[in-house]
Amino acid sequence: MTEPLLSVENLQTHFRTPDGVNRAVDGITFHVNAGETVAIVGESGCGKSVTSMSILRLIPEPPGKIAGAIKFEGRDLLKLSDKEMRKIRGNSISMIFQEPMTSLNPVLTVGRQIGETLRLHQGMSASDAEKKAIEMLELVGIPEPGRRVKEYPHQLSGGMRQRVMIAIALACNPKLLIADEPTTALDVTIQAQILDLMRDLKRRVGAAIVLITHDLGVVAEVAERVIVMYAGRKVEEAPVGKLFANPRHPYTRGLLGSVPKLGSSLTGHEERLAEIPGLVPSLKKKIDGCVFAGRCAEATDLCRAVAPALETKGPEHVAACHYALKEAAAA
Amino acid sequence: MSTAPVVLEVSDLKKHFPLRGGLLGTTKGYVYAVDGVSFSIRRGETLSLVGESGCGKSTVGKSVLRLFPLTAGQVVLDGKRIDDMPASSLRALRRKMQVVFQDPFSSLNPRMRVRDIIAEPILNFGLAKDSADVDRRVAKALDTVRLPTDAAGRWPHEFSGGQRQRIGIARALAAEPEVIICDEAVSALDVSVKAQVVNLLQDLQKELGLAMLFISHDLAIVEHMTHRVAVMYLGKIVEVAEKKSLFGQPRHPYTEALLSAVPVPDPTAKRDRIVLQGDVPSPIRPPSGCRFHTRCPYVMPRCKTEEPLLKPDATGHLAACHLHDLPEAENPLLHKTGATAFRAA
Repeated sequence: MTEPLLSVENLQTHFRTPDGVNRAVDGITFHVNAGETVAIVGESGCGKSVTSMSILRLIPEPPGKIAGAIKFEGRDLLKLSDKEMRKIRGNSISMIFQEPMTSLNPVLTVGRQIGETLRLHQGMSASDAEKKAIEMLELVGIPEPGRRVKEYPHQLSGGMRQRVMIAIALACNPKLLIADEPTTALDVTIQAQILDLMRDLKRRVGAAIVLITHDLGVVAEVAERVIVMYAGRKVEEAPVGKLFANPRHPYTRGLLGSVPKLGSSLTGHEERLAEIPGLVPSLKKKIDGCVFAGRCAEATDLCRAVAPALETKGPEHVAACHYALKEAAAA
Repeated sequence: MSTAPVVLEVSDLKKHFPLRGGLLGTTKGYVYAVDGVSFSIRRGETLSLVGESGCGKSTVGKSVLRLFPLTAGQVVLDGKRIDDMPASSLRALRRKMQVVFQDPFSSLNPRMRVRDIIAEPILNFGLAKDSADVDRRVAKALDTVRLPTDAAGRWPHEFSGGQRQRIGIARALAAEPEVIICDEAVSALDVSVKAQVVNLLQDLQKELGLAMLFISHDLAIVEHMTHRVAVMYLGKIVEVAEKKSLFGQPRHPYTEALLSAVPVPDPTAKRDRIVLQGDVPSPIRPPSGCRFHTRCPYVMPRCKTEEPLLKPDATGHLAACHLHDLPEAENPLLHKTGATAFRAA
């Protein structure tokens, strides 16, 4: 088997706070192959964004503390100096953030912001960078790129700003693109445009994508493999088709059951939404057993005492649950 | 369908915000936020108002609540016209119409205990006989939203987003309203918590027979919990229908595109997506004719000049689109199997 593009091994990102250590990410392991789209899903506070920020080492240390290994093309990013890390950010790994409003600089033209990465990483001259910026704007489907390149972020709509963010991220032909909730702040019709664009660009540019999202609809549309996170840990991982058809972890099942599907009034599936009772546990307390035990209807004393390891439940399908295997045998 | 009495009736509601500029602050133009909206809600019924940001759905909610004066139109609550009522007599009627806001963090006063937050409407409207009665009512409101009674003595910051939203709902219910306006009341919540609050709202409606105006951009949630849907685009309602009719066979191109754009949590679903080009035009200079003509995939010359009116079909499904004046065989909307995107699933 070929070496994966990115492999994250036992990543732990903890934050020291006045009232204890917050284990935002508590030992997560996964890999991303070249050209693949992997989605990380979970609810607020499950550690999905902290995972992505840790990969790019955007976590301030202290109060944060990152442990484990993040191997990108064979090099451990956690061992690089700040200078070496700067060469990777925005060059071979780049990131799209959720808020296109706040992640662009309001006092610089769009063209300068796209050109900045090109001049920094590829040593382009100002005029070459502007030419390339116009090309990038055309690539992401902005009409009249020659005029738009001289405009400021406030002159663009939300959807266009997100396109600019994508143009900046793709300017240096990254091998890995991390998209943190790229469409959450957008309206559905604009979201459809951006998802279409991301799919199309992936075909043309061939970058691997790590998509961080809470929207299972978006996951079903763009991801090939899905990682489900809960309270800082990975609870399930599977190819997208398998995860939706045959979720093994009770949390994943609860998550899928709590989203109404469009068309429910036509197909007669108008049952009550499945609720996951209770709340996400505090990450400041060390949890001995399964992180989900407190909200799981099937939890036993074993679940509360012993943390389940990630076990293979099927081809490419892993889940951390003591009881998932039994069910697989029965099915 | 329902023969229950109409609780809230809105007709030809308009709200134009003046744009001021220059040295003397003269009016330079208007934002046509809501431009002629009519609907009614019966007892025990949910009407959802859907649309994208800036379509005016929240402005409708706030206008109905009379959080600001209207430009034109009528609002009738329980048989009484409230849009031109002086503030002093309106006060008593406000009890009948309560609101739940989107953000559970900023809509509760952090310096008030939960008891005082919920007691505020009770005291304002003089609903309680004495302070023991206030406590009894607060406990009842907390019980209705499935929060423990000891929550009354705690502060808002001690609760999670979903629990705070329950406190917000308890506050609205404490006034014993007839109409509840939910302005994106579940949008800020996480999926599993959202399901809890959606189920709660549905149960409460059945238990208390409330009329609900549910303002949301989330079509899947809307379909799950509403009876009727009104779709707004640039300050106007473009389509109103019973849920099944609207989701099964949308009769406006915008609704059709909106439904097809929603990502479906099912990787095997076949999609026939209509991706609208461009952005929503500015409500300061709305397009002539049909406001959707700049993005409509079926635009005809007539759409650019003549504004379509909201007209019913045989089943009472209202839509504002010139396509319905064409012979049925030529109407592209009726020939697709409606929202094909999820029919396959």
